[in-house]
Amino acid sequence: MFKNLMSWIEYRLPFMDKMNLHVIQYPAPKNFNFWYFFGSLAMVVLVNQIITGVWLTMNYEPSAEGAFASVEYIMRDVDYGWLLRYMHSTGASAFFVVVYLHMLRGMMYGSYQKPRELLWVFGMLIFLVLMAEAFMGYLLPWGQMSFWGAQVIIGIFGTIPFIGEDLTLWIRGDYVISGATLNRFFALHVIALPLVLVILVFLHIMALHEVGSNNPDGIDIKKDNDGTVELTEADKKFTFHQYFTRGGKKIIVDAIPFHPYYTVKDLVGLAGFLLIFAWVIFFLPEGGGYFLEPPNFEPANPLKTPDHIAPVWYFTPFYAILRAVPHPFMGAVAMFAAIIALALLPWLDRGKVRSVRYRCGLHRINLIMFCVSFVALGVLGVLPATGLYTLLAQIFSFTYFGFFALLFFYSKNEKTKPLPERVT
Amino acid sequence: MMKTLLSAVALLASSLAMAAGPSIPLDKAPIDLTDKVSLQNGARLFQNYCLGCHQMQYQRYSRTFADLDIPQELGMEHLMFTGEKVGDHITNSMSAKDGETWFGATPPDLTNVARVRGPDWLYTYLRTFYTDDTRPFGVNNKVFPMVGMPHVLQELQGVPSRTYETRLVDGQPKEVYVGIQTDGTGELSTDEYDAAIADLVNYLEYVGEPTKLEAHALGYKVMIFLLIFFVLAYLLKKEYWKDVH
Amino acid sequence: MSNAPIDNGRRRFLTIATSVVGGVGAIGVAVPFIASWNPSERAKQAGAAVTADISKLEPGQLIRVEWRGKPVWVVKRTAETLQQLEQTEVNLRDPNSDVPQQPAYAQNRHRSIKPEIFIAVGICTHLGCSPSYLPNDFTEQVEGIISGFFCPCHGSKFDMAGRVFQSLPAQTNLVVPPHMFIDDNTIVIGEDEGVV
Repeated sequence: MFKNLMSWIEYRLPFMDKMNLHVIQYPAPKNFNFWYFFGSLAMVVLVNQIITGVWLTMNYEPSAEGAFASVEYIMRDVDYGWLLRYMHSTGASAFFVVVYLHMLRGMMYGSYQKPRELLWVFGMLIFLVLMAEAFMGYLLPWGQMSFWGAQVIIGIFGTIPFIGEDLTLWIRGDYVISGATLNRFFALHVIALPLVLVILVFLHIMALHEVGSNNPDGIDIKKDNDGTVELTEADKKFTFHQYFTRGGKKIIVDAIPFHPYYTVKDLVGLAGFLLIFAWVIFFLPEGGGYFLEPPNFEPANPLKTPDHIAPVWYFTPFYAILRAVPHPFMGAVAMFAAIIALALLPWLDRGKVRSVRYRCGLHRINLIMFCVSFVALGVLGVLPATGLYTLLAQIFSFTYFGFFALLFFYSKNEKTKPLPERVT
Repeated sequence: MMKTLLSAVALLASSLAMAAGPSIPLDKAPIDLTDKVSLQNGARLFQNYCLGCHQMQYQRYSRTFADLDIPQELGMEHLMFTGEKVGDHITNSMSAKDGETWFGATPPDLTNVARVRGPDWLYTYLRTFYTDDTRPFGVNNKVFPMVGMPHVLQELQGVPSRTYETRLVDGQPKEVYVGIQTDGTGELSTDEYDAAIADLVNYLEYVGEPTKLEAHALGYKVMIFLLIFFVLAYLLKKEYWKDVH
Repeated sequence: MSNAPIDNGRRRFLTIATSVVGGVGAIGVAVPFIASWNPSERAKQAGAAVTADISKLEPGQLIRVEWRGKPVWVVKRTAETLQQLEQTEVNLRDPNSDVPQQPAYAQNRHRSIKPEIFIAVGICTHLGCSPSYLPNDFTEQVEGIISGFFCPCHGSKFDMAGRVFQSLPAQTNLVVPPHMFIDDNTIVIGEDEGVV
């Protein structure tokens, strides 16, 4: 009876077949390491943000008059409102932690290289939308930092020649950031951008499953079935969805089904992540003043600027680049270029070997240099832009872009180590 | 090359902590949210000395009473002065405009002040008023120079003034500020005054986040649960991965 | 691949144990989301008990007090009205107030603590209109009864103890809220300190 119902459904909507394709018989390389936790964790955080976000809107009031008080109402009067809000505010920071590590993974193992360019571009689009989502969300509590942070970031658009002034006016919908700005940001934050985000994540995963997961060795696990590939006992043990063997044209080696092997492994990653995440939520919700900034506990006041305005930590690397350039508009261009450069990575890197494990020594140093620059810029973006700090920000901006420039040149005729035949 | 860069980052990180600090080092406030007696005294001080000008417009009397173990009737009798309901927010009837006329700026709401300034700042601020005839209310403050607030706790502290010591600075004898001293006309001794301020700041810290103790209690349970879950998930993973290795 | 035999018992146990603990965790996570739908502190404070001063209440007069957004009537019944409560009983659907529409201390003929002071939520038990108080003209509705309540929406009628008359849309008596007397002139509506 149940079986009949299942096959009735399956005939009309092949649910089990899709489950097999994407989860149960999806071939994942068997050598995923620690760095491969962050994709699934990003998904978990996205779900956390959506659910807690929906619950926060139940009591939040999107108006200049009521927003701040309604957040305090959630924190004080609603049962467990404080927990829902801390889950959401900590989740925002966790999202960026996880996504930055996820991106670094891709850079280390060349996961953006052919044939995964589109996958990488979808990822960069997710990152861009995520930044917009976080920026608009930060205005909603209507605290001093919400207001002045938004003032500064919207001001960036004002540096565009000719149209800048009109553009900022249009974005704000008023001569200052006001209830009009708050309302449109609220609409985008709770409806439009999450929708776009979910669609992009879907496309990201579809694109991933089409080309298959990369791995720390950066070599293909799908070999041409030309009779030269020898299967080990382990390879013969698992069955994968026929879609991936392209009707016998391909042979899959060194892979394991995503479920149960990576579902149980990701569960360990999830538990480890939740230990840290819960610790912050319950014991350090302000994140030392970086997740929830102290001035944001004061309601927005257009007549009083806080002593020191710093964007939330996840924007500071790009903010530091913006400030490092003396000319305002060129600063904005540089900041944007810093993100575009990442998106163009598949074409800037002309190498054929993916993983840093088998690439030249210079690439290894270059990548470390990039990470150091990124972190240093992040620190500098929090600090006031005074003499020495500006100089340091300029140096690190230079090394940030230097990564891409150098990569473009040495990757053409790079001296690489021999690739292994099979994953290690 | 790498080493210089890393040390530069380390330098940045350390200067980050010091950025934008106040002019004098802050004293550590002895915060203890489980000390109900201290919190009750803090609430009493707030109601008597602060509420005239500063509100706590997001905190309800009933919340304070419940969390501080103050029986409702007792609280209504001793801590509520203007016939509000017990569920009302802790507000006064001074208009924002009057406040601005009288003090140059509307006295800020104090519900979240401990989260904006930090308890150490408050603890030091309230103990570093000093006589300064050039100011409209005759007092100035070491932590918040040119503050528009009068020293409302003077009847407790006495008249405070700055004390100096002659010290060698770069080989030259110089007068260096060493602290605040009272003339002893206050109701409290210096130690008692410090303790009273500690209670008040403790209360302000509590009001800033009344759910903190609840969060910690729940947090420990969640952490223990997650540890168990982590161990189980780890064992489960090991078990399944026997197939692979 | 190791040659160690797969221990199915251990695998099954760990799978079940992790699932159970994970399920408990999921339920735990659901708690704050579900609990946040409870009335908030603001709603509770707005719905808190209200006090009413009845020292100036004349016999036959009705005053309305707002409690939890609903009109609550406080009526001082005259001796004549109280007497008529007995006469109406044959026509009532639930003269003894068997349906628990009132606290136990108000389950009597006059449905109140003190016979002359009647307190009820002024909402018709049919579809939620507020009935009109007819202090002198109720005879047009029920012959021989001077005063009562008449719901203009669908014609339900209630006597001066809020008891519904038979064969009318409303099926139950008016709701008597929890209430208590602090002194002779002050009543609290919405709280009775568990007094029975």
